[in-house]
Amino acid sequence: MKRAGFDNIWLPVALLLPQLMIIGIFFYWPAGWALQSSFFLQDPFGFGSTFVGADNYTSLMGNDQYKRIAWFTVVFSILVTFFSLAIALLLAVKADKVLRGAKTYRTLLMWVYAIAPPVAGFLGILFFDQSTGPMTKFFQMFGWDFKLGVDYNATATAMIIVSVWKQIPVNFIFFLSGLQSIPRSVREAAMIDNRSATGRFWQVTFPLLAPTAFFLLIINITYALFDTFGIIDALMKGEPGNNPMTLVYKVYLDGFRGNDLGGSSAQSVILMVLVLILTVFQFRLVERRIHYT
Amino acid sequence: MAQVSLEGIRKVYPNGFKAVKSTSFTIQDGEFVVLVGPSGCGKSTLLRMIAGLEDITEGTLKIGDRVVNNVDPADRDIAMVFQNYALYPHMTVRKNIGYGLKNRGTPASEIAAKVEDAAKMLNLTEYLDRKPAQLSGGQRQRVAMGRAVVRDPALFLFDEPLSNLDAKLRNQMRIEIKALQRRLGTTAVYVTHDQVEAMTMADRIIVLNAGQIEQIGTPTEIYHNPASTFVASFMGAPPMNLIEAEVADQQVRINGYDGLMPAPGSYAGPVTMGIRPEDVELDEQGSVTFRVDILEELGAHRLLHGAIADQPFTVMVNKDHDVQTGETRVTLKPDALRLFDAETGKVL
Repeated sequence: MKRAGFDNIWLPVALLLPQLMIIGIFFYWPAGWALQSSFFLQDPFGFGSTFVGADNYTSLMGNDQYKRIAWFTVVFSILVTFFSLAIALLLAVKADKVLRGAKTYRTLLMWVYAIAPPVAGFLGILFFDQSTGPMTKFFQMFGWDFKLGVDYNATATAMIIVSVWKQIPVNFIFFLSGLQSIPRSVREAAMIDNRSATGRFWQVTFPLLAPTAFFLLIINITYALFDTFGIIDALMKGEPGNNPMTLVYKVYLDGFRGNDLGGSSAQSVILMVLVLILTVFQFRLVERRIHYT
Repeated sequence: MAQVSLEGIRKVYPNGFKAVKSTSFTIQDGEFVVLVGPSGCGKSTLLRMIAGLEDITEGTLKIGDRVVNNVDPADRDIAMVFQNYALYPHMTVRKNIGYGLKNRGTPASEIAAKVEDAAKMLNLTEYLDRKPAQLSGGQRQRVAMGRAVVRDPALFLFDEPLSNLDAKLRNQMRIEIKALQRRLGTTAVYVTHDQVEAMTMADRIIVLNAGQIEQIGTPTEIYHNPASTFVASFMGAPPMNLIEAEVADQQVRINGYDGLMPAPGSYAGPVTMGIRPEDVELDEQGSVTFRVDILEELGAHRLLHGAIADQPFTVMVNKDHDVQTGETRVTLKPDALRLFDAETGKVL
């Protein structure tokens, strides 16, 4: 490949500057602040702060509530990621076979994407409403007295269902375009080589879809960890009580509701490190097994 | 190995387009048949129906003694080579070639041996552990061939397999494919729009036009006795000269020209007269005046493009003929003249 060179150093710097500024202002600066304040104990009334070393971190490690929330976050993220990817893949495979009306079908499925997370959460409240919600009635048919915002498991279930529902369209669109970019003749060659449609899917189609799936995996884990905030907030109706929450929500709760900026900062630093480890792990282990055409 | 027969096969797409009109022919066991025609003539659709990748609207398709209209492609005992190779990009050459065998429950040791054999036959041994992306076009085409031969199917189907290769490689692969098919004795159907491929590879050629068979015959028959003006102009490079003429009293008179020539047969009336460019001789005493406009140098031959009585005409001469542009006289070999109906274009 040919490499183009710049004659002077300032042009490339100038071209990169806007991007670097955005990253600097919106990522490195706040991250630096968080890191710094995680070593301080802030006065609740804002009159000053005291250096406390690693106290904010050590107190988190011994905190049972924090551990429980961390565990819920793991379960929540795995379930949301798995179901939103699996259901979207199933829908995409089915949609790919539809020749007529494919466009209408795609548009209908994409609509959900246009809904903002808090609105999705609000729709969730309507669906899971204790007296009128259709989903509540559905669960009651199976003898589950579903109480949103009161019962821990009920709230968790609602959070997962709404989060999955919200994320399916994005995954669907990516999977569908991934499927449609697989050359028709490759699939036809597979039809001659392999009688079983399931076998063809897992041995030929899915490996060729793997780059898309890997990209979506990262996007979805990030979504489950961070972007579900609005849904969680809406479903909880601002009353954390006994309700499940994710680590991000806890950061917000402790920092802005509890005025514990130091503790909250420590939590966000931990979260940052976790995401970093996860990303490195994904690129090292998963991506190596993927074939890019 | 098997005989393939098509009886009244038709293809109508849901949008009403008739891709293939009622078609019947039989391919003998071990025969190499080439389907040739311009794009959109239905040749690929026909092949894809034989493969089972396209539904048959009407008619009966038999491979061997078995009617396979509703048989799954994987169960038809066929192998297909695609234009863009259609290799599995995530599998090594070894796995690409062995994939069809593996799905048919062949034991691993037998697959390994067969893949080795096929690779040796196609000079692919040293590439067995590479992925398709690491191979050249010609090598990919060989892998696609390997995938077909390793299964030892009853029928090979080729869908324009050489059109993505450069000219030199194409000539070489043409000979290799033909030799391989000869050696294995497997029945083959080969689709192409390239009449040179059709002429050089086929035992029999089927010329298709607008979803219909124009002519079925050996390359020699097709070349020397085209059944219609379509076949005459499609097969052969340069194509047959077609000029408008009139027959009366067993004499042909080219429209706009006074000279007379003896006519074959006893037809009378307006005709399209055909003659191959190499069947025309430069001759001082010739009966026809030919105006040469352009000289085209081909090395062994020269093509003289021009007109007889303002109708476009081409003559092929040997390289040692010294020719200039301008008017000259020619003789048309009487036994090489072909007459076609002026209306329908069918041979008379």
